[in-house]
Amino acid sequence: MTKKFWRQGEPFVWATGLALSLILFLTMLLFYVVMVNGLTVFWPKKVALATLRDGRYLLGEIVQEEIIPHTEKKRLQFKIGNRDLYGLDFKWVDFSDIAGISYPENIYVLERLEFGIFYGYLSELEVTGISPPASGSNSLTQTIAALDSRKKEVNLLGKKIANLNRRVELIDHRLAKARYDKEENTPVLAALKGEKNGLKTEFEELVSILGQKAAALSTNQAIFADANGRTKAIALAGIVRSYQPNSMSFAAKCAYYLERLRELFFDDPRESNTEGGLFPAIFGTVMLIFLMSILSFPLGVMAGIYLREYAKDGWLVKMVRIAVNNLAGIPSIVYGIFGLGFFVYGIGGGIDQLFFPERLPTPTFGTGGILWTSLTLGLLTVPVVIVATEEALGSIPPGIREGSQALAATKLQTLTRILLPMASPGILTGFILAMARAAGEVAPLMITGVVKLAPALPLDGVFPYLHLDRKFMHLGFHIYDIGFQSPNVEAAKPMVYVTTLLLILIVLAMTSTAIYLRNRMRQRHSVIDV
Amino acid sequence: MQTTDSAIIRIDNPQVEIENLNLYYGTSQALDNLNFGIPGQQVTALIGPSGCGKSTLLRCINRMNDLVDGLRLDGVIKINGENINDPSLDVIELRRKVGMVFQKWNPFPKSIYENIVYGLRIAGIQDSGVLDEAAEKCLKKAALWDEVKDRLHQSAMGLSGGQMQRLCIARAIAVSPEIILMDEPCSALDPRSTSRIEDLIRELRGEYTIIIVTHNMQQAARISDYTAYMYLGELIEYGPTQTLFTMPEKKETEDYITGRFG
Repeated sequence: MTKKFWRQGEPFVWATGLALSLILFLTMLLFYVVMVNGLTVFWPKKVALATLRDGRYLLGEIVQEEIIPHTEKKRLQFKIGNRDLYGLDFKWVDFSDIAGISYPENIYVLERLEFGIFYGYLSELEVTGISPPASGSNSLTQTIAALDSRKKEVNLLGKKIANLNRRVELIDHRLAKARYDKEENTPVLAALKGEKNGLKTEFEELVSILGQKAAALSTNQAIFADANGRTKAIALAGIVRSYQPNSMSFAAKCAYYLERLRELFFDDPRESNTEGGLFPAIFGTVMLIFLMSILSFPLGVMAGIYLREYAKDGWLVKMVRIAVNNLAGIPSIVYGIFGLGFFVYGIGGGIDQLFFPERLPTPTFGTGGILWTSLTLGLLTVPVVIVATEEALGSIPPGIREGSQALAATKLQTLTRILLPMASPGILTGFILAMARAAGEVAPLMITGVVKLAPALPLDGVFPYLHLDRKFMHLGFHIYDIGFQSPNVEAAKPMVYVTTLLLILIVLAMTSTAIYLRNRMRQRHSVIDV
Repeated sequence: MQTTDSAIIRIDNPQVEIENLNLYYGTSQALDNLNFGIPGQQVTALIGPSGCGKSTLLRCINRMNDLVDGLRLDGVIKINGENINDPSLDVIELRRKVGMVFQKWNPFPKSIYENIVYGLRIAGIQDSGVLDEAAEKCLKKAALWDEVKDRLHQSAMGLSGGQMQRLCIARAIAVSPEIILMDEPCSALDPRSTSRIEDLIRELRGEYTIIIVTHNMQQAARISDYTAYMYLGELIEYGPTQTLFTMPEKKETEDYITGRFG
């Protein structure tokens, strides 16, 4: 009986099944942790009012509960916010110190442009220049909404000023160029100087208008009180969002959730990236992958075609093949260092010497930028594309090639009309998997062009529209930065989960696209194996 | 060095002439001093045991062996009096003149229609009227039209093995070759499909020169006008099929065709 059991290989089947389940379990666990933590971040949580035994009060969200090490006692962690009042966002309170916990309906939660979250009670509104707010529970939101147009005006002015700055910078570049070329007294130079002065006056006017408007706006403020009655005047213009979580209906919570999602996808980050949206990072990630694809896909496919179709099989080709396979296994940081040395300092520095000598020692291309990062990532993915191309071409039965050539097709015609369409599912699959890998790569980016906060996107409405020399933001680096480099790690934690979830979703979306495309192409270009 | 072997007949005005043909794979010799002519518009069968070099010889006629590494060839193959290994000759032109059908059918993973017109598109013909007409004509010639006329634009991969092989023949005909080489076209087909292809070969005879490699002696006897028996790279006997199968000159030929050897 047992003999038969062993002979039939039953234990082996179990071992293989176990291996698979273990991997599945770990993957599911990872997804579970990220999903649960990431998806609940934006759901409004109740704010608790804790009455302490010494008579003081504490206002905040209960974050977690744990047993104090080496004792039997429990303690609670509160997110108390109000960084401008207390200095710290989080506070541990022993269970035994708490007399009671309640959830008063009139507690306000404010998301602010500065100093993080504020928890407190509204005492009064000081408003000038707009009609006095109707009293009631909505008065704060209504007043903030009434100020919206003026806030937009101020923002627009800020954008105008930034634009002016950029124009001045462009003129400065041209002036430096003219000086470098020793064209000191030409009419062109004079015209440039005149233009610059014009812009400067315009700039100063705008700045003073902005100052006045901002000052006028900041006189609109609300007086809030914290749990213990300490008051704090908060400028309404500095409030991003206010809500009363303890009295919110389910629909209101959903609306809030959607609003936060919108902010996540379309707004810029605030508060050293721990609040606000991820738009620049999403944009940077997608653009990076896009640029990298444009650079590495054709290169890898061409190289793969040469290796499989044209190169004469011999020891040299074998060596090249081994080298290519090894390239795919080199740690990404090595690519990063190569990118820094070769692309940034070598080529970028060379471009600066040749085309922008007047701006030196300020580098133009000789510093990290999205072009160099995408080239570095391209180099990292190229081996995978080469191997995928070679394998896809190699798996086409030789009869197909002969059939095409026997019909008087040249090698090139055979390649473009028969072989490449047939190989495309395999090539694409390999490529998109490489892309997914590149999307999650962080190490090489950190030294070739990613920054914590980029002042402008690499693609915008200012000539020449595509600024490949600009530094950019990236989701992977964002996780590293806010999770491990931020001064307030605890406050950044929710954002880390959200960013991780987003990055995983982007990679998942890409992999799904790969599978979909491959299946579609397979149907179109399949060969029957008989 | 013309052999004067009486077992190898001389053909008057051959379309394909093979003169002193030797072929080596690296150091081993695959074809040994072949000399014979193949008549035009007839069916010539190459028979012999596996490894005797018949497929290799066939592939020399449209220079399919160009693709093989380490292959060396000397001697001359002439088609219509022209040396096909002449460096000035365009191999593409040659293959347009000499079509080929393989042992394993190899339709492209495209529609039936695209398979047929592939050779024409390659030759630069774009006029859809011409292409449609050619597709219909070739499919009719290959006796496939009635079976596929309603699904011309569906994938050729949905056809049966026999249909695919006929499609490959139709595809070869489409570029109007003079010669069609067939390398064991029926060896992987069931008897019914085989007989349909044999019928097809009989119909194509007279319009095209057909050179067919086959393992099946009955098939050679049924469809060919001339038969060449090869053994270990040498041509042992060559003559009209009827004569070769009924009164072989050589003992080896007789042994082979009667099944005592091979």
